[in-house]
Amino acid sequence: MNDPSAASPGPLPTIPPLLAFAMRPLPLLPLQLVLAAVLQRIHRHNPAMFDRLGDHARARFGIKPTDLPFAFVVEARSPRLSVVRDLPRGLDARISASLANLLALLEGRVDGDALMFSRELVVEGDVEAVLALRNAIDDAQLDLATELSALFGPLGAPAKRAFEAARGRVIGSPGQGEQLR
Amino acid sequence: MMELICPAGTPAALKSAIDAGADAIYCGFNDETNARNFPGLNFSRDELRKGIALAHARGAKILVAINTFPRASAVEIWQRAVDDAVSAGADALILADIGLMDYAARRHPNQRLHVSVQAAAANPDAIAFYAETFGARRVVLPRVLSVPEIAEITRESACETEVFVFGGLCVMAEGRCSLSSYATGKSPNMQGVCSPPSHVAYEQTTEGTTSRLGGFTINRFGASEPAGYPTLCKGRFSTAQGAGYIFEDPVSLDATTLLKGLRDAGVTALKIEGRQRGRAYVESVVRHFRHALAALGSGSEADIASLKPFTEGQASTLGAYRKTWR
Repeated sequence: MNDPSAASPGPLPTIPPLLAFAMRPLPLLPLQLVLAAVLQRIHRHNPAMFDRLGDHARARFGIKPTDLPFAFVVEARSPRLSVVRDLPRGLDARISASLANLLALLEGRVDGDALMFSRELVVEGDVEAVLALRNAIDDAQLDLATELSALFGPLGAPAKRAFEAARGRVIGSPGQGEQLR
Repeated sequence: MMELICPAGTPAALKSAIDAGADAIYCGFNDETNARNFPGLNFSRDELRKGIALAHARGAKILVAINTFPRASAVEIWQRAVDDAVSAGADALILADIGLMDYAARRHPNQRLHVSVQAAAANPDAIAFYAETFGARRVVLPRVLSVPEIAEITRESACETEVFVFGGLCVMAEGRCSLSSYATGKSPNMQGVCSPPSHVAYEQTTEGTTSRLGGFTINRFGASEPAGYPTLCKGRFSTAQGAGYIFEDPVSLDATTLLKGLRDAGVTALKIEGRQRGRAYVESVVRHFRHALAALGSGSEADIASLKPFTEGQASTLGAYRKTWR
């Protein structure tokens, strides 16, 4: 479980544009395989989260990190995740924010309404589906370092430490601050 | 010491509120019986039972909000919510409807009842009616009163008073507002949804973000302009006097600086709005007020961070507590 009070105060950092530019030619398939496996694991271990989504579990969500040269299409019911250069048409909803804010939202370390108020989160399409997704995720108390490191088998413990360190640099570490937003 | 009453829209938020120092947590069932009937939010019967067990183990209370008004053809949904909340071990029920309060008082005479803000009981006579007729022990006062008015009402009232200190600010007579119903056909008072998300749309243009409710354009925010909830009462409209916020700016209530005045007014409990908000909000806002109350108790200066990042429109107000007219 992560501590929702743990995110560092103030706006979260964004990926430097030069780094984002350098990531453009990277193949998307390896990232898609890893993230799809994480989604499958979350699906297996958090059935209540998908119950909370209700009928909106059928929705196709487009998630666009504004500081990265790629985006994600996620379906909860299947579950299915694909990494794309640009979000396709025909999605039920689109959610855009910096990568750090999206990760912090996934872990419940930031408040979605507050990000809307500060214009750091943009929602288009089916607002009801987005709200259901936000509430379901917030209740799930996801720990991305745990979810990712579980893919590393016997190397899970050192992998988790590495992911926690990386997370600390992006969205803060437990005890670092008392509130973000 | 005044009690701190905190919101929880999910079991995880309930735990966050307890961890942050809530004396009591208010929550509702995942249906139309409560005034925050939003998708993915609220508690199943089983989740409520577990939440109550957790809260009691940690010395906190659970207040169950059944604070919408029953449809004439479906009163049993609300009555069942009352029965289930009582059997789950709720410390109090927060009710708005007179008929439902009568049902609860007759069916469960030992159950503690609170009068919801949705009942809009704003004077000693109204409060006395609830206290004398149904044995209500506490009233949540509408957000239309000044601190001196709260002091006077509390002095004359037959039951405890609870007031909001932070969060979204309803500027209308709560329980009687039909703005959202007019625009969407769904009522905050009967279906529990003010500005239902099924009727909300955001459009991104080069000028910024346009928010719509039920097809009505209610605001347009510049690219870096702080935004508010898509509610009509905080919409920006063009009138003969110019364009602007007619009813209220998109701001949140923050009465941190008024805690001493509220204590001196005899208020029993302080309420934080926001069952629709995430764990990060619950954790930070509850901790903020826990620190503020501790400082008030010890007579010291509270060293607490601003809650501005959590506020609607990134701005706060003292609302009617310090009444001014424009």
